[in-house]
Amino acid sequence: MSNIPSDLRYAATHEWVRPEGDGVFTVGISEHAQDLLGDMVFVDLPDAGDKVSTGDDVAVAESVKAASDVYAPLTGEVIAINEDLEDSPELVNSDPYGDGWLFKIKADDPEEVEGLLNAEGYQASIDEE
Amino acid sequence: MSSKTALHAKHLEAGAKMVDFFGWEMPISYGSQIEEHHAVRQDAGMFDVSHMTIVDVTGEQAQPYLRYLLANDVAKLQDKGKALYSGMLNEAGGVVDDLIVYHFDATNYRLVVNSATREKDMNWLLSKAEGFAVTITEKPDFAMLAVQGPGAKDKAANLFSEAQKEAVAGMKPFYGVQAEDLFIATTGYTGEAGYEIMVPVARAAQFWQELLNAGVKPCGLGARDTLRLEAGMNLYGQDMDETISPLAANMGWTITWEPAERNFVGRQALETLKAQGTDKLVGLVMKEKGVLRAGQKIKTDNGEGVITSGTFSPTLGHAIAMARIPAGTPATVEVEMRKKWVTVDVVKPCFVRNGKSAL
Repeated sequence: MSNIPSDLRYAATHEWVRPEGDGVFTVGISEHAQDLLGDMVFVDLPDAGDKVSTGDDVAVAESVKAASDVYAPLTGEVIAINEDLEDSPELVNSDPYGDGWLFKIKADDPEEVEGLLNAEGYQASIDEE
Repeated sequence: MSSKTALHAKHLEAGAKMVDFFGWEMPISYGSQIEEHHAVRQDAGMFDVSHMTIVDVTGEQAQPYLRYLLANDVAKLQDKGKALYSGMLNEAGGVVDDLIVYHFDATNYRLVVNSATREKDMNWLLSKAEGFAVTITEKPDFAMLAVQGPGAKDKAANLFSEAQKEAVAGMKPFYGVQAEDLFIATTGYTGEAGYEIMVPVARAAQFWQELLNAGVKPCGLGARDTLRLEAGMNLYGQDMDETISPLAANMGWTITWEPAERNFVGRQALETLKAQGTDKLVGLVMKEKGVLRAGQKIKTDNGEGVITSGTFSPTLGHAIAMARIPAGTPATVEVEMRKKWVTVDVVKPCFVRNGKSAL
């Protein structure tokens, strides 16, 4: 049973979203996703300032096993990326909901987050896989 | 219903993530595959390889049979216990399987063949034995463990009796010896020193536990794959198969052509292929971000090729691969990665030896 914090929202494509206030959201990949991928070796992030739309492939999480696209869960502007992942991609494995975050988005419409899954909904979507 | 090795419970106890591997339920890793990889390069790791098939070939005509069956020549083996790596070919020169054969005397040999091809191999061994006075016996009563790494031999020695220590003292690479209840061989699939040890099934779990107590780290199939690829060792079914000749799989060195009158299965086809020229298996290195993967397409000046095995090399910190390309000696080739063509360097397919870069 993997850890799915109830204070986050989720996309069915395994991204998590944490509201930081002021329309800013931190994005990462779930513990379940990092577990499927295995040891991370590179994380290719967008650039700060990039405009992204919901569903765009904006990052790549590459593990020993496979390369996996990461999709923008919200429409907006990338305002920060986790530069620590350049040298320590394994943070995505060891702390997927903390130090392993990927990037922050300033949402065009902060209400869009309400359309994402809650923890229960995400658990259900994993169970269906 | 999948098969389980004698160490199945020990894997679960160690927190393994289990996967189906050609009908066997095997550990892919016990946590971090990369940490397991480093353990083998830096100290000592162990693998359950009990899913591999042990076959004894005995009888008056064991030697002539194996000289017919295998592309490499067992007549080269003079010392008791000396091992040989060989392809077992079909009439078209394709690789039915690759295997290790241990020589005890001209009437007594032991083969270790792949698990993925067990049934096919047994049928093949039996069909080719027609007309030879040989007995072919599978040995399912053994578990097999590979203990590998610079610290592997010292740690394993903690488990050996005085007689076993004496039997392996000064044993060179690629030898095997039966010492009391253990068959101990200086072989492996990692490019490091160490042993492959056949243990009676009844003692297997205890043996594993004692190695664990001696500080040997359990390693799964994931680390086994990155280690063998760094060492430039082929994986059957991926780097070669029944449609690929050893000439096109970097296994030319395993074909013994002399004496010319030795007829082995596939010889005629190989001679034709050799005269025509074949594709070849090369190494690839990419230092930029990204990972080379099996199946990616390759372009060279002489035509197209394909990556047969690719990974991120934990020891080197960048991507490495084996690729089959048309004959020629390009310094670089183009690889299609995620819809882009990337230029990568061509090298000999051996990337790491004894813990150090071989590039």
